Amino acid sequence: MAKEDLLLLDFWASPFCMRVKVALAEKGVDYESKQEENLLGGKSELLLKSNPIYQKVPVLLDNGKPLSESTIIVSYIDEKWPSPPLLPACAYGRSQARFWADYIDKKLFDATCSIWRSTGAAVEASKKEFIEVLKVLEEALGEKDFFGGETFGFADIMAIPITSWFYASEKFGNFTVEAECPKLSAWIKRSMQRESVAKVLPDPEKVYEFVVMFRKMLGIE
Amino acid sequence: MAGDQVTLLDFWASPFGMRVRIALAEKGVKYEYSEQDLRNKSALLLQMNPVHKKIPVLVHNGKPVCESLIIVQYIDEVWKDKAPLLPSDPYQRAQSRFWADFVDKKIYDLSRKIWTTKGEDLEAAKKDFIDCLKLLEGELGDKPYFGGETIGYVDIAFVPFYVWFHAYETVGNFKVEAECPKLIAYCKRCLQKESVSKSLQDPQKVYDFVVMLRKNFGIE
Repeated sequence: MAKEDLLLLDFWASPFCMRVKVALAEKGVDYESKQEENLLGGKSELLLKSNPIYQKVPVLLDNGKPLSESTIIVSYIDEKWPSPPLLPACAYGRSQARFWADYIDKKLFDATCSIWRSTGAAVEASKKEFIEVLKVLEEALGEKDFFGGETFGFADIMAIPITSWFYASEKFGNFTVEAECPKLSAWIKRSMQRESVAKVLPDPEKVYEFVVMFRKMLGIE
Repeated sequence: MAGDQVTLLDFWASPFGMRVRIALAEKGVKYEYSEQDLRNKSALLLQMNPVHKKIPVLVHNGKPVCESLIIVQYIDEVWKDKAPLLPSDPYQRAQSRFWADFVDKKIYDLSRKIWTTKGEDLEAAKKDFIDCLKLLEGELGDKPYFGGETIGYVDIAFVPFYVWFHAYETVGNFKVEAECPKLIAYCKRCLQKESVSKSLQDPQKVYDFVVMLRKNFGIE
């Protein structure tokens, strides 16, 4: 498959785009990417045409055919390039991986962002909710190296990009994930050792700077 | 499969529960239906779904599977010798997942706004709801079902909401058929299938339930 056959409409800070990039890296699949510079102002025609319903990144174009929604794109990548598998072979294990991916989708990013979106007393409440979500994930992880067990997989890919935003939340919430959830912190470090993750995730300091600018834009003091 | 113990923890009016019932019926799986009291959740439900504490939950040989679309995929993978619910081509599968996800993201929340709001909020919700149904109509096109010649994943995700339409239409004072006749024709076509008709509830019962909920929530 030629590199040009796969095009990712991307935004460097988006954890949803990072999921797709990590998945493609895990599979050793080459692709082109195009930065959507102006997500808040003028979205590109290609993005609007490829994802008319949500008008969001990531969009993966496979020989011109568009796929959107990060979880669905990662499932597609896993099915089209089966090796190495991101989901377990047994149906029950797959349902568990999908369940945790869905929980991460529903809860983790919103909880992370609510800390820096809040001001005053609301920050503490947001922090508490965020830590509760992390503790649920810690329990799901248990003694395993990764959510899927011994190998890095589907649920890990859903969660790890969002951790690049943790530093920003830690600064605004005045806490550390390591102190509150050491097991999860260990999982983050373990995942970051993977080349696919280390090469894709941005420097958390850069994400923090982006959040500072974004808060200003939203008028949050 | 011989020796399988399958139990569905469910609530009679839940469109999410209905999805699982249709999938099990399509596959011809024998199961025990366990009606749950959502105002007084059972120890079993809390044990089987500690994270969300919601129905439906499929308990297969003692192991729980939660979240209706995840359950439907699980059913499709375990009982794979009959009535495939997802296409085999990866791109087509992604498209099916996209539209089922669209139903989850849009139809439920918007329809909930219809029976829980009034005035301008209600009018806005109705408009958004119809816009979403029109998108679905467009996706259906001239196919008999979203799945093509047979019902599939997207049909199972969507068609249970049909039995709630009568409730939405009555409290919202509108008719889906006037705006989306093709979609209503499609829903009626689905109801001709036994797996669907036996799994779905009577719209009048659902309406009575919504009236009661609105009273409890203090909505006129």
